[in-house]
Amino acid sequence: MKAVRLVAVAWWLQLKMRSRSAFDGLLSLLYPMFFATTIFMMFRHGGAAGPALLSAAVGSSAMGIWSAVSTTAAFALQTERRQGTLELLVLSPQPFALLLVPLTLSMATIGAYSMAATLLWGRFAFGIDIAIADPVAFVLSVIVTVFAIAMLGMLIAISSIRYRSAWALGAALEMPVWLICGFLVAISDLPSWVRPLSAVLAPTWGVAAMRAAATGRSPWADLAYCLLTAAGYGVVAVLVSRVMVHSARARATLALT
Amino acid sequence: MNSLRIFFVGGLTSYRALFGWLSPWILVPTFLFTPLFQILLFVYIGRTAGVNDDRFFLIGNAVVNAAVPCLFAMGNTIEGERSAGTLPLLIASPAKRLPLFLGRALPVILNGFLVAVFALVTGTLLLRVDLPPATWGGIAVAIAACSVSCTGLGLLGAAIALRVRQTAVMSNIVLGILIVFAGVNVPLAAMPGWMQEVARWLPMTHGIAATHDLAAGQRLGDVAGALLAELALGAFYAALGLVLLRWLEWESRLKASLDMA
Repeated sequence: MKAVRLVAVAWWLQLKMRSRSAFDGLLSLLYPMFFATTIFMMFRHGGAAGPALLSAAVGSSAMGIWSAVSTTAAFALQTERRQGTLELLVLSPQPFALLLVPLTLSMATIGAYSMAATLLWGRFAFGIDIAIADPVAFVLSVIVTVFAIAMLGMLIAISSIRYRSAWALGAALEMPVWLICGFLVAISDLPSWVRPLSAVLAPTWGVAAMRAAATGRSPWADLAYCLLTAAGYGVVAVLVSRVMVHSARARATLALT
Repeated sequence: MNSLRIFFVGGLTSYRALFGWLSPWILVPTFLFTPLFQILLFVYIGRTAGVNDDRFFLIGNAVVNAAVPCLFAMGNTIEGERSAGTLPLLIASPAKRLPLFLGRALPVILNGFLVAVFALVTGTLLLRVDLPPATWGGIAVAIAACSVSCTGLGLLGAAIALRVRQTAVMSNIVLGILIVFAGVNVPLAAMPGWMQEVARWLPMTHGIAATHDLAAGQRLGDVAGALLAELALGAFYAALGLVLLRWLEWESRLKASLDMA
């Protein structure tokens, strides 16, 4: 119960802070929309209509969730370090990994704003018929995907605790994940060696679940895989955080930027 | 002579000192890795959407990546000085502004050119796109023209950085506008009329169109008009940037707001 309260309170605090940041708030909303606009124009130019256009709209709107997390999560601990709050986080009696969940969850929540904005943009600017076959399953899929991407972001944040220029790594991960997780391209169209990598990335299953719910297919198997991979990230993050934080404390490098 | 020294030595020093992206930890993911994945992403989306061929997306996305250093490094010429606390020293110096700021643009132009060339060459090899060797020289000229014009726009961004703090956000938004409007992934002819009109006034548009024509076998002389238009746009934005820099510099001194943006 204490953990749930911690996550909820810290998530709300982080969300308020990020909403007022031009980079986290405004750019997270706008940047994926530039890509979505291009993609809508490409599909329109290619004569796509009906389910194909809906599928493209769902995929391009989901890009915003990952976009809001990838760069910012990689830079999250560097930001805490600059603010002088990293030591306070490490000293807290709660597990370090748990303290990062609300951080990355707030980023993914802003990504969900971006997703909603992109769907509305597709509807009103491009006239795409956003007819979701199973709205309840779709909303549930979005929530699970937001959570799973937040967990992936947490793993990235922890792994990059000792990497000063982690934002560059996070930014560089943005497009590869859009590509190999099937946001817009069928995974079967990618080279076969990419597919195992897609399978261990939670966004692959989250986007598949959203697309299934939108087009009237069952999303439950994809959602289960999505949750399973997200839980896997949680376990790995806990283990990695113990090693990384202990190493930083032992070498007294926590505050070194 | 002093102006030449400021132009060359000052420009290079500023580039090395203020543009933190030269660290391999940033340079490799940002200038080498991301452009390649942008090319691959749009090539695969293009195949899924059933539009154009791989070469179209390869050229558009490789060339537009020249804009990344051109926009961000130029924005950093002011923002970096402010962060380092040296902006008042720069403004207080009697150095002529033209060589001071144009000198900072020269290494950036070269950086943008190299990023786009790397993306184009590596993308061509990865995707096995046919770009005949006879076209390489002309394409290199077109990419250089795009780097020059984008740096002109970057200079305008540098001027605005005297007033706004979030230059990274501003440069990202400008980059997004170029990706949508400049004919990177959607041919200009397939855009609504108002978008075509906006595109005509943006750097990259004419250069990317010229690169497509050159890759299709046209000669450099055939696309000279487009390349001149690209360079003229760059000169226009650079002149606008220098005028704005002068005005905002004067205003910042008047209001004592140099360090407060």
